[in-house]
Amino acid sequence: MNYIPNTDADRAAMLATIGARSVAELFRDVPEERRFPALDLPPALSEMEALRELQALSEENDHLGQLSCFLGAGAYNHFVPSVVDFLLHRSEFFTAYTPYQPEISQGTLQAHFEYQSMICALTGMEAANVSHYDAATATAEAVIMALQISRGKRSRVVLSPTLHPHYRQVVRTYTQGMGIQVVGDDVPASASLDALAAAVDKETACVIVQNPDFLGRLYTPAEMQALADKVHADGALFVVAVDPISLGLFTPPGRYGADIALGEGQPMGNPLNFGGPYLGFFAMKMGDVRKSAGRIVGQTVDAEGKRGFVLTLSTREQHIRREKASSNICTNQALMALAAAIYMAAMGKHGLRTAAELSYHKAHFAADLIGKLPGYQVVSQGPFFKEFVVRCPQPVARINQFLLDEYGIIGGYDLGSDYPSLRDHMLLCVTEMNSRAEIEALAEALEELPNLDRPTEEAADD
Amino acid sequence: MTEPLIYEICQAGRRAVSLPACDVPQTPLPAGCEREELPLPEVSEIDLVRHYVRLSQMNHGIDTGFYPLGSCTMKYNPKVNEAAARIAGFAMLHPLQPEASAQGALALIYELQELLAEIGGFAAVTLQPAAGAHGELTGVLIMRKYLCDQGESQRDVILTPDSAHGTNPATTSMSGLRVVEVPSDRRGNVDLAALKTLIAQHGPRLVGLMLTNPNTLGLFEENVQDVLRLVHEAGGLVYGDGANFNAILGIARPGELGFDVMHYNLHKTFSTPHGGGGPGSGAVGVRDFLADYLPGPIVARYESQTFEVAETSKVSSLRWYMPPKSIGRVKAFYGNFGILVRAYTYILMHGAEGLRQVSENAVLNANYLQARLKGVYPIPHGDRVCMHEFVAQGILKAAPGIRTMDIAKRLMDFGFHPPTVYFPLIIPEALMIEPTETESKETLDAFADALIQIAEEARTQPELLKTAPHTAPVKRLDEVRAAKDLVLCYAPGCG
Amino acid sequence: MSYKFDPKARYARSHEWVRVEGASAVIGVSDYAQHLLSDVVYVELPEVGDMLTKGESLGTVESVKAAEDAYAPISGEVVEINAGLENNPEWVNSDPYGKAWMVKIKPTDLGEADDLMDAAAYEAYVQEEEEKGGHE
Repeated sequence: MNYIPNTDADRAAMLATIGARSVAELFRDVPEERRFPALDLPPALSEMEALRELQALSEENDHLGQLSCFLGAGAYNHFVPSVVDFLLHRSEFFTAYTPYQPEISQGTLQAHFEYQSMICALTGMEAANVSHYDAATATAEAVIMALQISRGKRSRVVLSPTLHPHYRQVVRTYTQGMGIQVVGDDVPASASLDALAAAVDKETACVIVQNPDFLGRLYTPAEMQALADKVHADGALFVVAVDPISLGLFTPPGRYGADIALGEGQPMGNPLNFGGPYLGFFAMKMGDVRKSAGRIVGQTVDAEGKRGFVLTLSTREQHIRREKASSNICTNQALMALAAAIYMAAMGKHGLRTAAELSYHKAHFAADLIGKLPGYQVVSQGPFFKEFVVRCPQPVARINQFLLDEYGIIGGYDLGSDYPSLRDHMLLCVTEMNSRAEIEALAEALEELPNLDRPTEEAADD
Repeated sequence: MTEPLIYEICQAGRRAVSLPACDVPQTPLPAGCEREELPLPEVSEIDLVRHYVRLSQMNHGIDTGFYPLGSCTMKYNPKVNEAAARIAGFAMLHPLQPEASAQGALALIYELQELLAEIGGFAAVTLQPAAGAHGELTGVLIMRKYLCDQGESQRDVILTPDSAHGTNPATTSMSGLRVVEVPSDRRGNVDLAALKTLIAQHGPRLVGLMLTNPNTLGLFEENVQDVLRLVHEAGGLVYGDGANFNAILGIARPGELGFDVMHYNLHKTFSTPHGGGGPGSGAVGVRDFLADYLPGPIVARYESQTFEVAETSKVSSLRWYMPPKSIGRVKAFYGNFGILVRAYTYILMHGAEGLRQVSENAVLNANYLQARLKGVYPIPHGDRVCMHEFVAQGILKAAPGIRTMDIAKRLMDFGFHPPTVYFPLIIPEALMIEPTETESKETLDAFADALIQIAEEARTQPELLKTAPHTAPVKRLDEVRAAKDLVLCYAPGCG
Repeated sequence: MSYKFDPKARYARSHEWVRVEGASAVIGVSDYAQHLLSDVVYVELPEVGDMLTKGESLGTVESVKAAEDAYAPISGEVVEINAGLENNPEWVNSDPYGKAWMVKIKPTDLGEADDLMDAAAYEAYVQEEEEKGGHE
């Protein structure tokens, strides 16, 4: 199946107008010995056959429609109202390109202006862009922006050890050619904010923390402001990665000194999709907008004085500034930003708060139940939002295999894979999507676990 | 036609979504953490729906009409791709769930890696980058790391043609390298003599060349093998910007031509929807000596089974694998999986024959339009066969006051999205036109006829063009004001 | 197309001008430069105390379609910047040699101005550039 309307008659007519004898003639600039290679691909399928094959492939997966999920760690199972998908799939949004011709792209432009507005409202910041690929690359772009704001005079970047491991890895990938030092995260996860503050100096371009952090811990505005003050005293930028759902309940970073607030917008209207496409939201102060990356929509008027919207500050971007651009980003995650905007508008101030409250209460209920089980200990220091850490009596991988095979539960994240001091520690996540029955089933399953034989164990000792 | 902002249709107390009551005991919130106000909209579902439906009606998409943006490949987005992407077994997977429970997803990623490698003529592919520019950064970092490992860390120069897309030099700077521009010759190719001079000048410091082929003039490099050979002889590598790959599917394989690394734009060549500016996917293919440097994790097949899978399973022992000399992660998780599903579906439905027909018809359609517009608008390289796109100029002798911008805005009144304007930079008043293979001859003729009529209007009624568009939801917008008096969000307290 | 030239200034090939006024030198961009840019929306300036080196960027002048670096025609220490440009970038278009001065510096070596063009030479240069056809 292909989507080519041309018939043989059409092709003949076109060749006649062009003055060529065959289509093959049009490829005469391709080196002859390289022309028309035979591609070893499976034979073409019809729509019916393709869907059948894909359906069969999908059945090799166990998905969240069949399982309960207590896994977070940067990708979250939150409620997506049906209206989001319905509106997102309007062809005019879905099949449009970047709005370079604003007069016939007001739909995309206004929707993105509204998205920017809602992100500012959510984070308490003054300006936002239309998106980055995800929170990890948004973090890397924040680093680059901080380096540019310091006019290349600072070369140190301080990362909290409880900033998501993927975000830290991507920062290092992006900065590998830049001759800067990325420090601060080679300490245990339990290291305090004071330890982080001690790592900041006058060479530091920015400090990046996460709130709630990767281990689920929620820092108070007072704690964050104290760190912000220290960072600012040294002339560096304070960057905070945040969970957008948590902002339905808790003080936003704009209120505790953040210069840049960013994060993963996937929980707002986007399915889990095995890791992508996701949404890096990015918000900043007005004064820093010209040093930022990514598309930005601005309000203006047309020739008759009517309000309209355009891409603005384009001179920062690669298509104009080229090698001096603030970033190379071009295609971004515009559709996911639209989904997030529709989500935020649909949920509204009440809905988002409710989703956050439900997540909070359910997570605390789960922590209570599990903390009472022999062999398990909730070790979260300080308050948490929807994720907490449990020390387990057995390796996390083993527990998760058991949970999946016997109970149809996806268990929490194995923190030992990122933090050597947290072997056998599991990061559990509970959201408004987990019913009380599911939570109780999880606790029941975990209680069952120590009673099982261990078939792979060495000879039993008693 | 205007639509109020969502904030302007709010009414306190309205809500669009209901959530269940809390079924667990409540825990007090931690002291001092609760936010004071949350200025998000309050609308009912009907108002929400009408708002966004009306906004969408102010947009032009491929499904609305012809969208000939050069180098964007605005081909039809097959709806079967959407059916595939929303299958629960693909959409409802957590990226970190146990590998054994996601073997179908790993299989899809693995198969797509292999298919793209075959199509491009490369040894290995990563699907992690989220866009073309992201793929470029990946590719340049790979090249640089490889050369450093060979003891060539003094190499810090990348050559890019003057016709290159802005992402190429921007990527180079982001990688900590320097850009040196190579001029084009009078036939629109890389100027070989200039290239030789620049290589002589920068040779020992050369990381390589970033080349788009066909280039942004829509032309296949007539000396491509020589260009690549010269760079290789100087110890450099060649990066292929695959934005224009729609011209040569099944016609040539960049890996066989000599490219060392290339990114594919799945949202261009492989029909995934553009979504108003993304998401995309910038898969990167490499020759065998660079495979160890790919960002990871990628999917690899292991012989030994270290865990149990269902007996009836056709797929097994697929694992995440971090290449040993990897440049590192370029994104959280694995890539834009939802986009990969769509591209995979597209390739399955086309096969080798179908993909070749895509390029044949894309190139045929572009040459047809070029033939119809010759003599009406200047086409600087119209003496050559073009590939999937060509560049004309909005310069009319009979109407010296009319420019490309005016022609573009007037095209909207005919129901067409304008072509790319003012790019590539080396052609003044450029109009870059890429029809794609999914347009019918009637559409191409209607577009050519409109441009011919506009050329006539330029002579007889220039005001019509100068004040265009007339039928769009808004008139021409003041971009100067937007850049000078920045208004970037609605809520008070914003700029 | 006729452009304005300040007879008291000397000009760089990159279209900046410099005018010596007593112990300091004043720098801005020329009328031809603002014509190429069209409506200027923003000007980025260095900070007082910064050391400028001849030929290196001292800031940018931004319009809707371009953001061009302004290069220091001679070296020196920045002693004053034109804060008025922050809210009135359009002065670059209306009064490039007067109200739209960008920085005042204490020159390190006035001899560096020797290889700059005087108004007449710069006018001829601009005419040459125009004939070549400046690109968009």
